[in-house]
Amino acid sequence: MNLESVKTLYRAEMARSLRTVLQSIVSPVLSTSLYFVVFGAAIGTRISEVDGVSYGAFIVPGLIMLMLLTQSVSNASFGIFFPRFSGTIYEVLSAPMSYWEVVVGYVGAAASKSLILGIIVLVTARLFVPYSIEHPLMMALFLVLTAVTFSLLGFIIGIWADGFEKLQLVPLLVITPLTFLGGTFYSIDMLPPFWQAVTLANPVVYLVSGFRWSFYGISDVSPLVSLAMILLFLAAALAVVAWIFRTGYRLKP
Amino acid sequence: MSEARDATVIRVEGLSKTFAGGFEALRAVDLEIRRGEIFALLGPNGAGKTTLISVICGLVNPSQGRVLVDGHDSVQEFREARARIGLVPQELTNDAFIKVWDTVSFSRGLFGKPPDPAHIERVLRSLSLWEKRHNRMITLSGGMKRRVLIAKALAHEPEILFLDEPTAGVDVALRRDMWEVVRQLRDAGVTIILTTHYIEEAEEMADRIGVIRSGELLLVEGKHALMQQLGRKELTLHLREPLATVPERLARHALSLAEEGHALVYTYDAESGEEDGTGIAELLADLEAAGIAVKDLHTRQSSLEEIFVNLVKEEA
Ligand SMILES: Nc1ncnc2c1ncn2[C@@H]1O[C@H](COP(=O)(O)OP(=O)(O)O)[C@@H](O)[C@H]1O
Ligand SMILES: [Mg+2]
Repeated sequence: MNLESVKTLYRAEMARSLRTVLQSIVSPVLSTSLYFVVFGAAIGTRISEVDGVSYGAFIVPGLIMLMLLTQSVSNASFGIFFPRFSGTIYEVLSAPMSYWEVVVGYVGAAASKSLILGIIVLVTARLFVPYSIEHPLMMALFLVLTAVTFSLLGFIIGIWADGFEKLQLVPLLVITPLTFLGGTFYSIDMLPPFWQAVTLANPVVYLVSGFRWSFYGISDVSPLVSLAMILLFLAAALAVVAWIFRTGYRLKP
Repeated sequence: MSEARDATVIRVEGLSKTFAGGFEALRAVDLEIRRGEIFALLGPNGAGKTTLISVICGLVNPSQGRVLVDGHDSVQEFREARARIGLVPQELTNDAFIKVWDTVSFSRGLFGKPPDPAHIERVLRSLSLWEKRHNRMITLSGGMKRRVLIAKALAHEPEILFLDEPTAGVDVALRRDMWEVVRQLRDAGVTIILTTHYIEEAEEMADRIGVIRSGELLLVEGKHALMQQLGRKELTLHLREPLATVPERLARHALSLAEEGHALVYTYDAESGEEDGTGIAELLADLEAAGIAVKDLHTRQSSLEEIFVNLVKEEA
């Protein structure tokens, strides 16, 4: 492992987002706070409890997941798309680094950023609602696995995209709807049976459910199924990245 | 054997590249670059210069053949091969908001070298960038940006530097500057491979020249040997009385009439060996015997530009 190279790439990526600290940190924190205000405080007063947890506290894990998913995808996709678009990628590709080292640098930085944001939002949420975390280690595991998996997905999108439209298309048309429909703001038992079945096809349901379980011990699906699902996504993402590297797809003609 | 290996720093063997669409950008290229030389890869736009460089540097996968950098296969032993190479790309690609110092330091780290501010300072000073080290890239002129790209390529102390069209679209003064920079680098022991479609540049800078056209390396020669071998010399004889045709008894000489019969042009190989000579003495004797009086004469050697144009024309 060429540690110096990976470290350099990782640090440069982190530094790049520090240059745009307002976008990187302030805006997701602000938008999550707005969710708390609207859903937690305003609507929450009308919904007493979900599965024995106050509505405000109930949506905390879902909101963190929502932010983690969207930020991981957008950080990682932009992180690799930008140098491809500007041409500076030549330097990374001509460096004595293996592809996997390049992935660790880019994806590691993107995942770190969204993890930091996740923690910031977690702390911010505390200002709005009291909540407890029953399984902190499992929570950390879900957080890390989700950040890494969706950063890999973002990396894939950033390589696949050949323009800014495509770069925004997937998050807009796929990630955001899946997250909103993935049980962020409700428990899936609240849905009619037909929609419950449909919802189970949504991968985000498993993430949110497992993550919420680590907080309150309540879940829509078993936490082990959640864990298995996220490991499955991770494996799928790694397989696609491996294919990209083997074929040189969009990176090396 | 080991001596030969030491003298050759890059060996390209039977390298072909066919792009996904089926376009053949390189056709069985064989090339050796000698340690410490300035090698110019000369060819028209689209000849395959950038593709050849890109394969050597690991940016494009070869379809066939291989590249050895200091004996290391550029694919199998890519770490060893790439660590020795610095690349200055053709396009002025950069991250607009990064600062000069940061981007040059980044390049060093990316190539796996521990930080060395003293080296970065040396590189920046040698490229007259020291005063600009805190500037963001976006504030620099085109010439300065090119220098930053060179600094980035030199940050990890490579033995070999590729400069892809370093002076394309650069004005004359900057071009001279760039040549000076390249010479200093060569004096510091760096092997330099530059591509250009300016013959002037190859003529000015290179120790050896490779001419590439349509993905084929037509020839590789020392600059002087190239000029001598392919450089035809012309002797123009201005005549006192015009001629209608070249007289019969002068037929054995390569003569043609010019200036409406007022001049005879004699072409000969500048390099022709001493034993048969240039043929000028015989020609002059025959002229005298034929009673043709010569008023004036002058000789001219073709430039690399003419050689190049002829070569590319001949092969086409
Ligand atoms: N990625 C690619 N896919 C298909 N064709 C390419 C690609 N890159 C370059 N080419 C083609 O290969 C030829 C050689 O290009 P290049 O090496 O850039 O030439 P030069 O640098 O000598 O101007 C050109 O015709 C170019 O269009
Ligand atoms: Mg080119």
